[in-house]
Amino acid sequence: MTALSPTPTSWDRPRDRAAERLARSWSLAIAGTSYVSMNGLEVQDFLTALSSRLIHALTAETFDPDDVREVGSTLVATHFTEPTTLERTVAVIAEQFAKAPTRRVAEIQGALAAGYAQALRDRVLDEQEEIRTAALWARARAEESRRVSEARFRAIFAGAAIGMSVSTVDGQVIEVNQALCDMLGYSSDELRLMTFEDFVHPQDPPVAAGMFEELLSGGRDQFRIEKPYLHKDGHQVWTDLVASIIRDEDGEPKWLVAMFEDITERYLLQLRLRHQALHDPLTQLPNRTMFFDRLAELLAGAEEEAGSRVGVCYLDVDGFKVINDTLGHDVGDQLLQTVARRLARSISGDGQLVARMGGDEFVVLIERSEGTDDVVAVAERALDTVRAPVHVGGHEISISASIGVVEQPLRGTSTGELMKAADTTLYWAKADGRNRLALFDAERHAREVTRYELSASMPAALERREFFVEYQPLVRLGDAVTIGVEALVRWRHPRFGVLGPDAFIGMAEETGLIVPLGRWVLHEACKQAARWQAEHGAKAPLMSVNLAVRQMRDRTIVRDVKAILEQTGLAPDRLQLELTESAVMGSGGEPTEALNALAALGPRIAIDDFGTGYSNFAYLRHLPVHSLKLAGSFVAGLRPPEGADPVDQKIIAAVIGLAHALNLSVTAEGVETAEQADRLLALGCDTAQGWYYASSGPASAIKL
Amino acid sequence: MERPSWAPADVDLDQPSVARVYDYYLGGSHNFAADRAFAEQILKVMPAVAPLTRSNRAFLRRAVTMLAGQGIQQFIDLGSGIPTVGNVHELVPGGKVVYVDHDPVAVAHSRAILADVPGTAVVAADLRAPADVLATPQVQGLLDFTQPIAFLLAAVLHFVPDEERPADIVAGYAAAGVPGSHIVLSHAGLDRPLTPAEEAAKEMYRKSPTPLILRSSQEVATLLGDLTILEPGVVATYDWRPDPGTETAPDGDAIGCAAVARKD
Repeated sequence: MTALSPTPTSWDRPRDRAAERLARSWSLAIAGTSYVSMNGLEVQDFLTALSSRLIHALTAETFDPDDVREVGSTLVATHFTEPTTLERTVAVIAEQFAKAPTRRVAEIQGALAAGYAQALRDRVLDEQEEIRTAALWARARAEESRRVSEARFRAIFAGAAIGMSVSTVDGQVIEVNQALCDMLGYSSDELRLMTFEDFVHPQDPPVAAGMFEELLSGGRDQFRIEKPYLHKDGHQVWTDLVASIIRDEDGEPKWLVAMFEDITERYLLQLRLRHQALHDPLTQLPNRTMFFDRLAELLAGAEEEAGSRVGVCYLDVDGFKVINDTLGHDVGDQLLQTVARRLARSISGDGQLVARMGGDEFVVLIERSEGTDDVVAVAERALDTVRAPVHVGGHEISISASIGVVEQPLRGTSTGELMKAADTTLYWAKADGRNRLALFDAERHAREVTRYELSASMPAALERREFFVEYQPLVRLGDAVTIGVEALVRWRHPRFGVLGPDAFIGMAEETGLIVPLGRWVLHEACKQAARWQAEHGAKAPLMSVNLAVRQMRDRTIVRDVKAILEQTGLAPDRLQLELTESAVMGSGGEPTEALNALAALGPRIAIDDFGTGYSNFAYLRHLPVHSLKLAGSFVAGLRPPEGADPVDQKIIAAVIGLAHALNLSVTAEGVETAEQADRLLALGCDTAQGWYYASSGPASAIKL
Repeated sequence: MERPSWAPADVDLDQPSVARVYDYYLGGSHNFAADRAFAEQILKVMPAVAPLTRSNRAFLRRAVTMLAGQGIQQFIDLGSGIPTVGNVHELVPGGKVVYVDHDPVAVAHSRAILADVPGTAVVAADLRAPADVLATPQVQGLLDFTQPIAFLLAAVLHFVPDEERPADIVAGYAAAGVPGSHIVLSHAGLDRPLTPAEEAAKEMYRKSPTPLILRSSQEVATLLGDLTILEPGVVATYDWRPDPGTETAPDGDAIGCAAVARKD
């Protein structure tokens, strides 16, 4: 298509040279005037062929305008289409053919220009035709695809499962789809008469209005919320609403497109699940989760509301287990339902939450308590309401409850502390006899906590050697000579200092630690006694060591004593084991097996605290016992300087008389004054111990 | 927001179209009043645009002819516009040429012209998305990706702003070709500050639907990434391997550069 081949009519050398000359000038003149798809050499060749035809036209006898016109049209066909090209071509012809007849030159120029103009006009018209056809075709195609896409859109809009609407930014609904009509129960005509205000719902999320404003003012393009609508028949439809703005060409909001997914079922299910998560299925009361959530909320707000107080009543139905076990779980459940109903009815004030903690435990949370009285009043009301007999399954059941009441400032407490206090207090109410309330006592609680801590830390203390043994002299009343010592265990506690046996022996008996502790004490004491035995021979003091009931019941006691005596080398008769009456007697009142076995090993046996138990002299005569220790309470009766209690004095005299009759020696404990010592001596008592002589101390402090 | 691919572009003949304005600069009549008015406005402040357009077209001819001479037979003319004189398929008889443009009128016209021309195809697509262009059935059906392809980006990347990552577009095409494939690139711009007239022309384009981004030859070289730029490098469009016998440089101070680069 690039270069048409001009066809010269004839060729001869001079004419060729002339044509080349003309072409060279011509090519220089029109270079760059039009865009042609040829390089310089190609243009040269192209113009040379045309030049031949022009020279032929110049020299021919008769002028053929058609051939020259074709030269003009050939230029256009090769895309020498710029008017400048023609202008310069005409000028070049005039210049190059200056010597030729003017008329022929003018004919050539005219024909060439005519051919050029004709071709250019045809070309322009063709191209205009082409581009217009292309434009029409493109437009038709665009419209067709727009129509298709609109039809597609319309189908999506009309047939969508989700509701859709288009509104103006003024709030006028202009188009809705069937799904939205179905969802809200209105016809599309009805909906088109509505505006945004008609869709405002009191339960709209608070942020909705702000987001809506922002959307309509162009501040945001889209938002998504869960929003309720009112169905025409009055019921509530919850939707997942996505609202988007469509802007005009200037970027101003023009349309509001909203899409609504009906999430009513999901929403109601969520509500139900939330209710289930926070309520007890049996009683429908709030459950422990809800109770703890609410309590946590209160505690979280404690800082803002300085001075606000909170009350907790922890209620437990007395003897519920028995009811459950004897009358069955159905009855138990119905009873709990009744209790729950009554509690909910009687305690329904603002800021009072009744919850079921589980089992037969209920709890009342009292927000903004004014003081203990407030909470106690609520607890008493709860007790009263529970006390009324319950009719269940043909049974009339009288029940009661115990309540632990805690009332304290919100600030400085925690859920854990509060509930622990409530639990402890409930335990007190139970321990005090049930069917009552107990009020939390921080000091009592602290004591119990301390006691618990002591008890719990005792095994480790034994391992860490925090215990040590002190000795208190046993003095012969006649000449005040120390003839023995009582070993007394002490605990050097890292936090509480040195503790006496009263502070921990009871606990050690409860936990059973008394067995290893007692064994250790016995070993320490025997070691010391053996040392004294080595130093003082026959004058060495008797070592008196306490054995607890629990130790006596332990099967290893006899083996332990035997082993310790062997290990320490202590002569068995230098050891005295102090046992209480309950340790000596079995549960049936007969002497324990261990007693005889122990006595057989050789140590003396003393009955400790004599006079506080049954003091059965009948058995005493058959027991392998050597000595009685009078309980300190009797000895205290001898103390007042204005005169001893005559009854105590007579009892002591009688006991000493009987003991001596049974060939038992008597030791008085707790002697604190000279008067007591004198009276005891007068009554025939053999030995004594107490502050009057010496308090307990390390072995080195014992004067022998 | 991007127009979804199934929504057609508007055919608004009252808006000048890059393709038809270019045709007018080349002396064509495939244009409408709005195109001519816009083109005349530009020519008034910067008459050099017309010769620039012609030298760009001449560069394309020289580059394609050179590549065809080296045996490359597959070409994608990206932003091909209105087919006019010296179309690529006319330069490489027997070759395969895909014309790509997003102007619906240019595409319609190309389809009319090329309907019966074997070895050619027309794709309506946006050249800024190489993957989409290359995935079209026309491209996939006509071209053999195991053989080198020449990607022609003649006078189009100056309509792609930096934020649309023109270098990535070039790389996207180059990546699709086997070694021996080429990028043919010409671009408006120059290495000196703009004259007031050029600023005015640029401003006119800025207000048009297709703003013009002028880039220096250094920046144009950057667009070619790590491709091997053939001799003589990135040079003024009319200086790229000029034809023997072309005795005059185009009129005026044509502003634009060009290069051909090879994927090794």
